[in-house]
Amino acid sequence: MANDSSRLRISAVNDVVRIDFVDRDILDEATIRQIGQDIQRKLEPMTAPKVLMCFGVVEHLSSAALGTLITVNSLVKKKGGTLRLAEIRPEILEVFYITKLNKHFSIDESAEAALKALA
Amino acid sequence: MPARIEGHAILRGPRAEIDASQTAVEQAMAQHGYGREALFAVRLALEEALVNAIRHGNRHVPDGQVDFRWSVDGDEARFDVRDQGEGFDPDAVPDPTDDDNLEIPSGRGIMLMKAYMSEVEYRDPGNHLAMVYRKSKGA
Repeated sequence: MANDSSRLRISAVNDVVRIDFVDRDILDEATIRQIGQDIQRKLEPMTAPKVLMCFGVVEHLSSAALGTLITVNSLVKKKGGTLRLAEIRPEILEVFYITKLNKHFSIDESAEAALKALA
Repeated sequence: MPARIEGHAILRGPRAEIDASQTAVEQAMAQHGYGREALFAVRLALEEALVNAIRHGNRHVPDGQVDFRWSVDGDEARFDVRDQGEGFDPDAVPDPTDDDNLEIPSGRGIMLMKAYMSEVEYRDPGNHLAMVYRKSKGA
């Protein structure tokens, strides 16, 4: 399975939907809206999806991007699935701690660790 | 050390205007020796400030503009963001870190600005934001 939108690389790793961001900055509102729509479109037909979102290249993200992550997490939970975040740079991870969203999301240091947790 | 650097822009909304202002500020801060941590902090805070002013502050103002003024010297970077809206009460914004509010997708911009800047002040009636980043805060 490969489904590339302009701002995301979406692939399948066994039964996990892996979503990689391709941009360093997740700031622009239109781009964030597009990202949210792409992910929702992908997950909509799925039941109990296992989802991994990787932030390896991401250097900046805004509160609007956090909002989209919260919306995606709500959708995944509503479908009885699991979302894990991984490969978050220390500066970005600090944003999650400041906003206390580290309590809301399951965060792993590496994609491998996240995939293991999702197995 | 270079002289104090100042800038002024009128923002109407397009993304390119925000990016251009961010780049100008970043270049000025780099010239004055601000480190990576400072650049990250200011970029994040300015993103929230400018987008809030354009999208929320001027929401009901047709063809609204945001007046953005800034200055950077060796000790601090100062930012002034004024929209043409009627303002708001920043104290009325719910605390997004309350457990009950963690699942609400919006409302984290102001707290991020406060976390990353040395000073953040909304001046009456709430459509004028003044922020300061002191070099001593970060790298």
